[in-house]
Amino acid sequence: MRLERRERVPALALVAAPVAAILAALSLCSILIALAGASVLAAYGTLLNESFGGRLGITETLTRATPLIFTGLAAAVAFRARFWNIGAEGQFYMGAIAVAALGSINFGLSPMMEIPLLLVCGALAGACFIAGPAILKVQFGVDEVVTTLLLNFVAILLVSLLVEGPMRDPLSFGWPQSEPIIDTAVLPHLVERSRLHWGFVLALLAAAAVAFLHARSVFGLSTIAVGLSAPAARHAGIKVERVLIMAALGSGMLAGLGGAVEVMGLKGYVTTDLSPGYGAAGVIVAMLASLNPLGIVPAAVFVAAMFVGADAMARAHGVPSFIADVIVATSLLSMLVALFLAEYRVRR
Amino acid sequence: MTEFLDIVLAASFWAAALRIATPLIFGTLGALLGERSGVLNLGIEGIMTAGAMTGWLAVYLGAPLWMGLLAAACVGALVGLLHAGLTVQLGLSQHVAGLGITLFASSLSWYIYRLSVPSSGSPPKITPFAPVHFPVLSDLSWIGEALFRHTAPTWLALVLVAGVAWGLWRTPLGLALRMAGESPQACEAQGVSVFGLRTGALMAGSALMAVGGAFLTTAAFDSFYFTMIQGRGWICIALVVFASWQPGKALLGAILYGMFDAFQLRLQPLVPEIPYQLFLMMPYLLSIAALVLVSRRASVPQALMVPYRKGER
Amino acid sequence: MTPALELAGITKQFGQLLANDRINLSLGRGEVLALLGENGAGKTTLMNILFGHYVADAGSVRVFGRELPKGDPAAAIAAGIGMVHQHFTLAGNLSVLDNITIGTEPLFALRSRRSRARARLHDLARRFGLQVDLDARVADLSVGEQQRVEILKSLFREARILILDEPTAVLTPQESERLFSTLRSMTQEGLSIVFISHKLHEVITHADRVAVLRQGRLVAERPTQGASRAELAELMVGRRVLHPSRTPLPPGRTLLRLQGVSAGSTGQGGLAAVDLDLREREVLAIVGVAGNGQAALSRLLAGLSLPTAGSIEIDGHHLRRVDPSGLQQMGLAHIPEDRHKEGVVSDLQLYENAILERIRDRRFSAFGLLRPRAARAHAATLIEAFDIRGAKPTTRTRLLSGGNMQKLILGRNLIEKPRIIVASQPTRGLDEGAVAEIHRRLLEARSDDAGILLISEDLDEVFRIADRVQVIFRGRLSAPLPIEQTSEAGLGLMMAGEERHEAGTA
Repeated sequence: MRLERRERVPALALVAAPVAAILAALSLCSILIALAGASVLAAYGTLLNESFGGRLGITETLTRATPLIFTGLAAAVAFRARFWNIGAEGQFYMGAIAVAALGSINFGLSPMMEIPLLLVCGALAGACFIAGPAILKVQFGVDEVVTTLLLNFVAILLVSLLVEGPMRDPLSFGWPQSEPIIDTAVLPHLVERSRLHWGFVLALLAAAAVAFLHARSVFGLSTIAVGLSAPAARHAGIKVERVLIMAALGSGMLAGLGGAVEVMGLKGYVTTDLSPGYGAAGVIVAMLASLNPLGIVPAAVFVAAMFVGADAMARAHGVPSFIADVIVATSLLSMLVALFLAEYRVRR
Repeated sequence: MTEFLDIVLAASFWAAALRIATPLIFGTLGALLGERSGVLNLGIEGIMTAGAMTGWLAVYLGAPLWMGLLAAACVGALVGLLHAGLTVQLGLSQHVAGLGITLFASSLSWYIYRLSVPSSGSPPKITPFAPVHFPVLSDLSWIGEALFRHTAPTWLALVLVAGVAWGLWRTPLGLALRMAGESPQACEAQGVSVFGLRTGALMAGSALMAVGGAFLTTAAFDSFYFTMIQGRGWICIALVVFASWQPGKALLGAILYGMFDAFQLRLQPLVPEIPYQLFLMMPYLLSIAALVLVSRRASVPQALMVPYRKGER
Repeated sequence: MTPALELAGITKQFGQLLANDRINLSLGRGEVLALLGENGAGKTTLMNILFGHYVADAGSVRVFGRELPKGDPAAAIAAGIGMVHQHFTLAGNLSVLDNITIGTEPLFALRSRRSRARARLHDLARRFGLQVDLDARVADLSVGEQQRVEILKSLFREARILILDEPTAVLTPQESERLFSTLRSMTQEGLSIVFISHKLHEVITHADRVAVLRQGRLVAERPTQGASRAELAELMVGRRVLHPSRTPLPPGRTLLRLQGVSAGSTGQGGLAAVDLDLREREVLAIVGVAGNGQAALSRLLAGLSLPTAGSIEIDGHHLRRVDPSGLQQMGLAHIPEDRHKEGVVSDLQLYENAILERIRDRRFSAFGLLRPRAARAHAATLIEAFDIRGAKPTTRTRLLSGGNMQKLILGRNLIEKPRIIVASQPTRGLDEGAVAEIHRRLLEARSDDAGILLISEDLDEVFRIADRVQVIFRGRLSAPLPIEQTSEAGLGLMMAGEERHEAGTA
């Protein structure tokens, strides 16, 4: 088999790739559903109905998509510079715990002051948590994949320490969770009688902002130049180390923001199971969108829909809800292949 | 202070250190094989999960323990083949593909486990490997308990370290493997297939990783948990760097890690005023520190993470 | 007697480019065939097909009468073909012996047995004058020694046909002579040899027969006896290329001065106490065999590394902190050696590469935001002014040919009217037309008062455009010599580390 790089990647292919990847993943996973003894069509029907059928389903899916948009953007910003931040999970928790700590104290601020301040703090907490790996990478050449991955475990242990210790809610009957944030710190609901909150709008704004920066700013061009060829970027006078650190910090901020928004809009407090793997799912979202910030929104909605729908599928058809993880992971692998086929031509 | 000494002097401490090190030895050797041939295998966390699940499930369904390990190895090799398909044949990003493999292999393992074992209060158990009894040696008072009451897979791990070291440095295949990781062009120019070598190294390496995972469910513990691997795979990746891609040093690194982990586990109850989470964090932080320590003098295989594409211009 | 090698109807296409078009060629036993052609004529592609690295779209290869399977280097080796690539295929971190014996033993043997290999290699080395330390790490060897390892590799595998791709590109003239006498002794033992070259004189002197390739086609095939350089040149290029001629200009004041500059670690491609003076209106060439410190000098003057000792002055100003954009603002333009890796980000669009070096310039961005329209207009100007063919501002840069890519890199610098131009191997791998074009642009800049530091391994290039020349060897620079007072042989000896011979031996 010979591979030949296409001179031009057809624009259509970039849109078709994720669709094809998702279809491939769904058909592959139908084998697993059949293995569980369920009717594939009925199971997928339930999944779709639960996640997109009716107001409740849609708002629930969008609620679940909100943190995924943030972690997806976090991955996209870092990956664009080829900084492999796999630690969005940890940064997400840091943003969440910072907001939970500060938001539970009444400083007497109005919501108009309190909410933006808390969001900034969440973003900063996320950035702080990635600063270590970023500096180690730039200064000592320590691979950021391993450090960010390992720090995820540290983050969860830190959260566990805090919610079992100093930040434990005395009214939680021994359940390890932080004290709830005060009312003025809560993001208002977006749709009545649903869990969807203004965090979703913030996520959309963040996606738009990142898209603009990537397409139009000096920073955007610098990051992509560094990502595509660090030696050439360096030769052109771009400060590669600085760009890498900026991209890493930006990525950490977005992930931290995700955690902050999740606490302020949805949960109100922090537990060690605040995130069911939003960090890793963010990587998938970003890859499904080929790192395009605007594409991240639909990709996040797809991943969220799988998770929302899988629970119903489990209840109705006895298919273990882990099927959502399998579908999402499979769609990542098939997306990689689909992108490859868009870029290369296979010849004999 | 005497308490610290007591910990280190107890025979059970040394036994635990090697027990904790065993899955890491398998995993590190597996990752090392891949990296020596030029491919970073970030699928390790998922492959270890798959190995843990497969090994356990096979035994739970009635297979003998060794068949459990063999089943785990086969599943590992299959996942390694998938990894090779993506990163060697297609030359995709080893970072993203590896993570994808981890997510895929872990979620699939969870799914199959849940499908086979319906949710219940406590996970079902199997009868795990018993320690190998050496006449005389195992009965020695301190030494016997510290060194000679390990299960067979631990001994297998130690033999494998020597085997991999011999293989890499003393056999034609080992030379070819190292060459593929240093200069795939040189390898191909001598008529040795880089694709073949890398695919083989990934499959063998992934099989080792899976056996490491299976050790946890068939020897160290007796049932399967969803959060079984807990970053052990990532620690193996760090250990490979720490070991400068050498099997002997990998063994040393894994044992050091095991000693540290065994030590902190025994220290926890002695100082209840320090939150236990701080102790649990230490292994991860220590791994990062080890990476920083060796970062300056690491002799990375030159073609690590560089996909090889035949005939591309 | 069947010929050693027969190629029939070999055709290979890369995307739009027809690299080989129905090529028929044969090689007799004990013959030396030269494959002559410009860069990009398809010589290397043809040899890679023969060796099985590429698969031809059509055509067949026969070795001693037997057809070779396609795309299988192992089969080519087994059939007796040995190949010495232009970019050596050696693993630098492994020993010479490792590099030679890999793939020669059964892969699944339980242990390597090297003593017989060692003895055979000693014998081969003695027979053909290819001495090299078998236990040395390849990265520690000189380029000439590495080439010997490559040849030994083929001989060790009992090659009957040896193919060498541009074997003299990295050698001094004397080393080249030695190589050709080694090759001659091989043909006396019955080996057949193909060497690829674009140097006319060595083709005529050392080959029995020459095949000329042009734009993927075999345009001529004849004995070298009686062939003239002029005739071969015309066949090779297929058109008249006007090489610019250098007219003497009075040099002006010093623009760039290096005094006692050291960088990197000496002996490993570093610089040791180097002195250099570049003046207005001159081309100063730094010539030497690859790996003698050129890369360190180039990096230093690109602002990518700092000297460990000595001083660098630009226009009389002592430089302290150097970085690429600082040097650029002082009017220094740098043309890196590796176009694809350092010159451009090949996956960006042309206009993005056109402004990348001046991304913060007010023309191209304001308040951290890009001005894409201005950038595209600038790129269009460059395309027009520097004749970058077949390109639009939005073309993906990787699609440009080597020559056009180099015109882009040179153009985006020259348009800013730099005072100093440091050009590292600016014409390597380009066809004659592009070479002439790049030389013309550099000489134009010279007439416009710029000083040009030309780091080159190509003596032809040096004699064409340089005013003065300094030889670099093991990190040291010789004193500058006016080009009129040097000869190819004299420079060659200096490049090999011989003390400077009397000036004026030319």
